[in-house]
Amino acid sequence: MSALVVAVLLPGLAGICLALARAVVSARGAAAAGAAVSVLSLICVVASWSARDGAYAGEVDHPWSTALGLHWHLGVDGISLPLVVMTILLCVLVCWSLAADVTSTTDDHEGAGVVLVALVLVIETASLGVFSALDLVLFFIFFELALIPMWFVIARWGDPGGGRLAATRFLMFTVTGSALMLVGFVVIAVTAGTLQIPTLADLPDPLTGTVPLLGGVAIAVGLAVKTPLWPLHIWLPDAHSKAPTVGSVLLAGVFLKLGTYGLLRVFVSVVPEPAARLAPYLGALAVAGIIASCLACLREHDLKRLIAYSSVGHMGFVVLAISTMSEVGVLAAVFASVAHGLITGLLFFNAGWLKQRYGSATFDALGRGLYTRVPRLAVVLLFAATASLGLPGLAGFWGEMLALRSTYEPSPALDRTLAWTLLTLAALGVVLTTAYFVRVVRRVLQGAATPRDDDIDLTRTEAGISAVLAVAIVLLGVAPGLLTGVIEPAVGAIVQVAP
Amino acid sequence: MTALTGAVLAQNALSAADLPQIGAPAIEYGTLSPVLAITATALIGVLVEAGAPRRARFGLQSAVAIVGILAALAATVWVSIHDLGKVSFEGTDLLARGKTVAEGALVVDGPTVFLWGLLLVFALVSMLMFAERGLEGGLSGFTGQAAVAPGGAGEREATMAGIEHTEIFPLAMFALLGMMVFPASNDLLTMFVALEVLSLPLYLLCGLARRRRLLSQEAAVKYFLLGAFSSAFFLYGIALVYGYSGSFTLAAIDTAVSNQIAGQNLLLAGMALISVGLLFKVSAVPFQAWTPDVYQGAPTAVTAFMAAGTKVAAFGALLRVFFVGFGGAQWDWRPLMMIVAVLTMVVGAVVLIRQTDVKRMLAYSAIAHSGFILTAFAGAYEGSAGTATITSVSAVMFYLAVYGFSTIGAFAIATLVRDGGGEVGHLARWAGLGRESPVLAGVFALFMLSFAGIPLTAGFMGKWTVFSAAWSGYAWPLVVAGVLTSAVAAYFYVRVIVLMFFADPEGDGPTVAVPSVMTSAVIAVTAAVTIVLGIVPGPVLDLAQNAGTFVR
Repeated sequence: MSALVVAVLLPGLAGICLALARAVVSARGAAAAGAAVSVLSLICVVASWSARDGAYAGEVDHPWSTALGLHWHLGVDGISLPLVVMTILLCVLVCWSLAADVTSTTDDHEGAGVVLVALVLVIETASLGVFSALDLVLFFIFFELALIPMWFVIARWGDPGGGRLAATRFLMFTVTGSALMLVGFVVIAVTAGTLQIPTLADLPDPLTGTVPLLGGVAIAVGLAVKTPLWPLHIWLPDAHSKAPTVGSVLLAGVFLKLGTYGLLRVFVSVVPEPAARLAPYLGALAVAGIIASCLACLREHDLKRLIAYSSVGHMGFVVLAISTMSEVGVLAAVFASVAHGLITGLLFFNAGWLKQRYGSATFDALGRGLYTRVPRLAVVLLFAATASLGLPGLAGFWGEMLALRSTYEPSPALDRTLAWTLLTLAALGVVLTTAYFVRVVRRVLQGAATPRDDDIDLTRTEAGISAVLAVAIVLLGVAPGLLTGVIEPAVGAIVQVAP
Repeated sequence: MTALTGAVLAQNALSAADLPQIGAPAIEYGTLSPVLAITATALIGVLVEAGAPRRARFGLQSAVAIVGILAALAATVWVSIHDLGKVSFEGTDLLARGKTVAEGALVVDGPTVFLWGLLLVFALVSMLMFAERGLEGGLSGFTGQAAVAPGGAGEREATMAGIEHTEIFPLAMFALLGMMVFPASNDLLTMFVALEVLSLPLYLLCGLARRRRLLSQEAAVKYFLLGAFSSAFFLYGIALVYGYSGSFTLAAIDTAVSNQIAGQNLLLAGMALISVGLLFKVSAVPFQAWTPDVYQGAPTAVTAFMAAGTKVAAFGALLRVFFVGFGGAQWDWRPLMMIVAVLTMVVGAVVLIRQTDVKRMLAYSAIAHSGFILTAFAGAYEGSAGTATITSVSAVMFYLAVYGFSTIGAFAIATLVRDGGGEVGHLARWAGLGRESPVLAGVFALFMLSFAGIPLTAGFMGKWTVFSAAWSGYAWPLVVAGVLTSAVAAYFYVRVIVLMFFADPEGDGPTVAVPSVMTSAVIAVTAAVTIVLGIVPGPVLDLAQNAGTFVR
């Protein structure tokens, strides 16, 4: 049993045990246990990474069903490790916030708080499984496994008004997307005769022609729903804004990365030729998403919806980087994914705390002058917003910078004229991002204070969570080499590296 | 004149020695032991009905049925281990294993034995539901006196006196016998006899519900009338195919079809009529109209037995007739079967969305699932040497296993959600079941997720196998249609889960009856199989894959 298998399965198993024992466990205890289990899982990941030999750390490969060619094949490389670590980090923080959250402990149903922790842990296992699966079907299984618990989280703990509708819409979009992705996998599996991602990525003669192209389109559309790529993003604003804080954090921080990681791992690497043919369309849609989401954000009056739309824009940068199919593009995609996970995680935590205080996250409900009313909370929000708009020195800058850099010098897949047009438009998106965050700062943080009874500054837990994320964001901002050093050696697993 | 005739006759009279020798038919009793065991069980059931005292009859009958099925199951395992020799052709082993038996009337090969095993297990589980007496105050779920008018004094008297129809067990055994012979038939006449043997007892069983008897009788009449029509079509088709090929035997028909010995019109008409009969049994569109009414009206235990068993038998027969008999004409029937498959999936899934009754919902889900199975059938992928790619036959068989267990389990749960008037059919009344009985609702949710094909449930593995077989057979439009319709259907299954867990109960809400150990065992076993086949499909899938192809 490799340490990696333990790392992947441990949270989920712990979650199931907690759910079964919900009668005797308090929600606070469950959340603490969840955080502890996640830390254990992190230790296991680090252990298997430091003991790596070969391309994939902690690789296990057992035949599961010979008739289907299905393997229990897990492994972590430089592309997945950053996302794995980020996922665990966010889950620890989510558990921490649940441990301190009074509303979930005094819920009307016995054990509901424990079940919430259990669902978070199952989501963690599913996401870790996606990031480490090296078999197409296994990838799909974990991909779908993440869906049902998240749907429960949004439907059960989301906003009473509209939460259920948002959850159903989220489920239907993603189930349809995954169904298409499954078609793609069937196509690839039957044409190539294997399900193993490393084998597929190293095929002596890559899949070309109409049939793999159809498969590639199915996979791309399936993943584009999850990422989400404009115009398939319409499930996202509702799902993110109606979900409870922990749900929003995991949705933005982890779930969207399942899509971008999938585009790298099971799209660009597995079907490079069809991917190259689809790259211009992906790039164009990504930039359309950047512009459209920025315009939506400029008119948005709800902080949570605004952050949700901004996620569409940031994912646009990631997909743009992927569509260049260059080494820098892969680097940018992973870096921007991690940065977005940390920054948007912090933004959603922050918006959740505000919503908890004022009952709603609309600008009217928040009032003005948060600087005076809740100074520390306001500073955290300002920090997260500037990180999100890509201030140099913070993590978000490198993600966007690398993405634009890769578009300047794309692989032959992307026509140079098109790439430079996209680059110009995306740069316009950077400006617009700054504009709408400045609007938030001006509208909510500055101005004449409108004091409320609910003006409570950061609690100790909130300060702790903010500090952890802020340190990570600054660290990646000033020392991006920490991350790029891990990613770079593995880029060859995704695209051809020039000698 | 008379004398002369007499003399001529006397002259022409043959002595016994002049007649050609008619040997006794060679019957492979050992190989046929599973079928014979079920025949014996059914006959013993009839004798018990005639001889045993009324008080002891119900227990005795259920015991006979269960012991008989267990014996047949043991015989099936024995046959599969000892009696399935490799078939050789000119010195090389073929994929097929097994042999024709009973003078070529039946064929016992890998698929036959796999389907027998499935049928027997499904029958065993269904018999536990038949024997359940804990839900109607010590009586079974079947009417006490089928002959008296519904709601009349006779019915009350029968209930007071505790009279029960115990013929249900021998009837079910006869139906099981027909189901076992149906996919094992090597000629069309045997197949027709098997079709009737399996159908007639089911028509009767459908009309025997204890509650809502009018609905039940309506279901029986509807099923009988439409079933009789479809049997007639089937028989007419047999006649036309006989006219074309000059034989009832599938292998001889195959030779005739491959050599195109006569005008194609006769063959096409024959194939069309035969497929009507078979597609009716699997409830494929446009022959699906009976399904919701019959599933809703029949006693739930019978519905479960019928839904799982008939589907296995009919798909087995469909595969055998079209792959063995009409294999040479597959470019004629495949396009049409593809259209039928798409229609079945789309109609099943789309109409499913508007259903409000649990049993009708499961009926439309049965239709949609028939469509998914038909994709693998229409893909007609027979595998190629040296690769382990799933073939159409093994994909269909695996899906039948997956679907059968989930559907029996779902019907078993439907028997437990009750109010004063019996089972609660209306889905709106299932609201809040998750609070009333989290375990039961959880298991039902598991079956729904399996129907929707969510990974880690058996349904996902089943969908993967059928779609992969269809793709290997170049039926890619079916795969796309299949995946999209399963997403549509998933919406409905998800709605049921939402209803059970998130909606507020209507009024008092339903109560969950506490069943005897039998129904509990059914639910536990089917749920366990649904999970196990989702996580470790390997053994069963290998079994299906090793079953090989049909013996001709």
